[in-house]
Amino acid sequence: MTHNSETAQNQHNQSLHSWLLSETPTSRRQAKLSVIYHSWLAFKSNPMAMAGLVILVLLLICAAFAPFLTTHDPFEQDLALGLSAPGENGFWLGSDNLGRDIYSRLIYGSRITLYIVTLVAVMAPIAGLFIGTLAGYLGGWLDFVLMRITDIFLAFPRLILALAFVSVLGAGIENAVLAIVLTAWPPYARIARAETLTIRNADFISAVKLQGAGPLRIIVRHIWPLCISSLVIRVTLDMAGIILTAAGLGFLGLGAQPPSPEWGAMISAGRKFILYHWWVATMPGLAIFVVSLAFNLLGDGLRDVLDPKGKS
Amino acid sequence: MSNNSGITLKDVSIWFGEGEDRVDAVIHASFDIKKGDAFGLVGESGSGKSTILKAITGLAQNWSGSISVMGQDLGQQRSLEFYKTVQMVFQDPYASLHPRHTVDHVLSETLSLHNADNVDHRIVSVLDDVGLGNTFRFRYPHQLSGGQRQRVAIARALILEPAILLLDEPTSALDVSVQAEILNLLTDLREEHNLTYLMVSHDLAVVGHMCSSLAVMNLGEIVEVLSIESMRTMTVEHPYTRQLLEASV
Amino acid sequence: MEPILEVENLEISFPTRAGVFEAVRDISFSLGRERLGIVGESGSGKSLTGRSILRLIKPPGILSATKIALHGENLLDFTEKQMRNVRGHRISMVMQDPKFSLNPVMTIGSQIIEAYRLHSKASKKQALKATLEMLDAVMIRDPERVIRAYPHEMSGGMGQRIMIAMMLIPRPEILIADEPTSALDVTVQKEVLEIMDKLVHERGMGLIFISHDLNLVSSFCDRVLIMYGGRIVETCRADRLYEAKHPYTRGLLNSMPHLDNPKTRLEVLKRDDDWANQPSVSGALLMDDTL
Repeated sequence: MTHNSETAQNQHNQSLHSWLLSETPTSRRQAKLSVIYHSWLAFKSNPMAMAGLVILVLLLICAAFAPFLTTHDPFEQDLALGLSAPGENGFWLGSDNLGRDIYSRLIYGSRITLYIVTLVAVMAPIAGLFIGTLAGYLGGWLDFVLMRITDIFLAFPRLILALAFVSVLGAGIENAVLAIVLTAWPPYARIARAETLTIRNADFISAVKLQGAGPLRIIVRHIWPLCISSLVIRVTLDMAGIILTAAGLGFLGLGAQPPSPEWGAMISAGRKFILYHWWVATMPGLAIFVVSLAFNLLGDGLRDVLDPKGKS
Repeated sequence: MSNNSGITLKDVSIWFGEGEDRVDAVIHASFDIKKGDAFGLVGESGSGKSTILKAITGLAQNWSGSISVMGQDLGQQRSLEFYKTVQMVFQDPYASLHPRHTVDHVLSETLSLHNADNVDHRIVSVLDDVGLGNTFRFRYPHQLSGGQRQRVAIARALILEPAILLLDEPTSALDVSVQAEILNLLTDLREEHNLTYLMVSHDLAVVGHMCSSLAVMNLGEIVEVLSIESMRTMTVEHPYTRQLLEASV
Repeated sequence: MEPILEVENLEISFPTRAGVFEAVRDISFSLGRERLGIVGESGSGKSLTGRSILRLIKPPGILSATKIALHGENLLDFTEKQMRNVRGHRISMVMQDPKFSLNPVMTIGSQIIEAYRLHSKASKKQALKATLEMLDAVMIRDPERVIRAYPHEMSGGMGQRIMIAMMLIPRPEILIADEPTSALDVTVQKEVLEIMDKLVHERGMGLIFISHDLNLVSSFCDRVLIMYGGRIVETCRADRLYEAKHPYTRGLLNSMPHLDNPKTRLEVLKRDDDWANQPSVSGALLMDDTL
């Protein structure tokens, strides 16, 4: 009986597989899903990228189920147990100077990291895409003005510029995100513009012009879909930098404010004890390192799958 | 101007760039195509033959002289209505279809731009017209062969039921056996829909097969307008035409 | 005629997700001091066949053959280092578009000289002299000016003549020309072919001319292999190409429009799966071939 249902299950999988790989899709939905499935198969065959993906999924799980995974309240202080070494007094990864559980703080901190990363990843590339494609497609003085503004932003080191913005806007996570977005969009605008310049004279753009399409429609419907993949790759590869910038702002006391368990702020707090109580700064450092690495691996894998230039 | 004029060019010059960078691509070109005719434009690369198509469709903006289509003079801007009358098929079917759009997407976009109704029916029937069945409707360009792609490009041009089709080397990127299929398709479509063709090509045999008369271009100028008959019998006047003919035979 | 090159049981395959794709399937042919045309449509495997002689099949493509022998020496046994000595020195290749074969930031002269000195011990002065002579041989009017020019300053026809000069200067025994003139205008095409023909003839080289253009191959080559679906379906003397018997070759010939023979409809090639499934015809040079 179980055997039978297993075969049925197998057959079902098999037919789904061939339905997705069909060269003759019969509906819009099948065509779309088939493209996604093909990309997934290509992505799956890259073990490093899969490793990155797995780490990031674990990070998501940590953030979502933080209350169930933690052993302590991340804000609960017990000065008597301050600076316990990993494994001592029930602290898996040790405790900080105020006796807070580092493990629990890291788990809760993943929420902050994801929050920052998501906000930046949504806002900066969209701003860059919009500005870059507009400048690239319309050209002329608009291109000149937009690109000079981009150049001005690019002329400052990112962290310094973010510092300046935060000190104007005031310290805090939201302002740190805003500052990072303000400093992160110009490279995306550059990429989007460069892609647009190569696409805008393509025959398929001329063809759709001859169907009577206006510039806005061409940019949004025809140019964006071709720019997005290179932006996605770039964003994933930049994620590590964004996490580090956020951590840097936290470290300097301009990002998340205590007692928030932001990883950069945690390193900053552990700095004083680094010689005799290495774990206080090292554990959040390792967390930043692993997550940044995961994003880089994912980005590399995505480049192989999405880069239209790699395909024939 | 007579009622049965399809495309008329009078003294048309087309250039790119301004001032010192100005390049004259076409110089004082004139010809007249009657409704329902097929007219060829031949010449070597850089002779300006494709540029004329660009000026008619509004893709090249810098031109002087007068161009009229179906008896109406064209200005610098092209209306949405214009594109219902004149459509174009591009040379390279690998470059003229958006790589991320399905056949269905390409065709329905054109219809939605012109607020057409009956979208499903029209897509099915135009695909049928170009010899692609409904099974091709949801494919992406990379799932199609060169000939099938060119059929999609022809379907895109035909779906608005234009009167004039501009063909920019429609078969030069294709194998000869596929070229035969596409040329036959174009012949059939012209009969069925009573279309006027303006065909640009470097291949005299293809133009000889499709058209009734042709203009020969060299270095931006039309050196001779002649009928296919006089081309076959080599009764040509201009030495360049003769040179081109001799090299092609 | 003694064969210069013998290819036996050549196969090229590409593993794909849907299974192994066999691009070239068990073909054998040989080349003497002649002009051998390989014709076929896109995807017939003709270009891969040309590249495989130089062992230039990029992974994941897999090349296998009983032998690819140049004067009896099996190239398959050569090390990569030995192959580099064969490429460009004993067997040269001219590609379709010179724009992609020339380095855009080097002058034409320095590229030809470098190509020459890579394989010979000539001094710079000798190399320069040989370069000028070679450019002269490909009918370039002002060789002194051309050697100082960059590739983008050249027209397509000039570029292709320069490529031919560059490929012929080490005096190779075989020239493989892959669609060398299909990017050129008809009038220029003729010139380039005449130059290539003259040099190949004078030097007693073997020429493999890969093209999709039946008319061109029939007027320019001595012998023709017709490829379809990775196999050789027919071989014949080039001047008798119009009398070819295989339905595929006939279909190709009939589907072309002709100026002097107008038809209202062109014949459409009806493909037969059998063509690709039947074993290849041998393209070996017959000893009694009188060319």
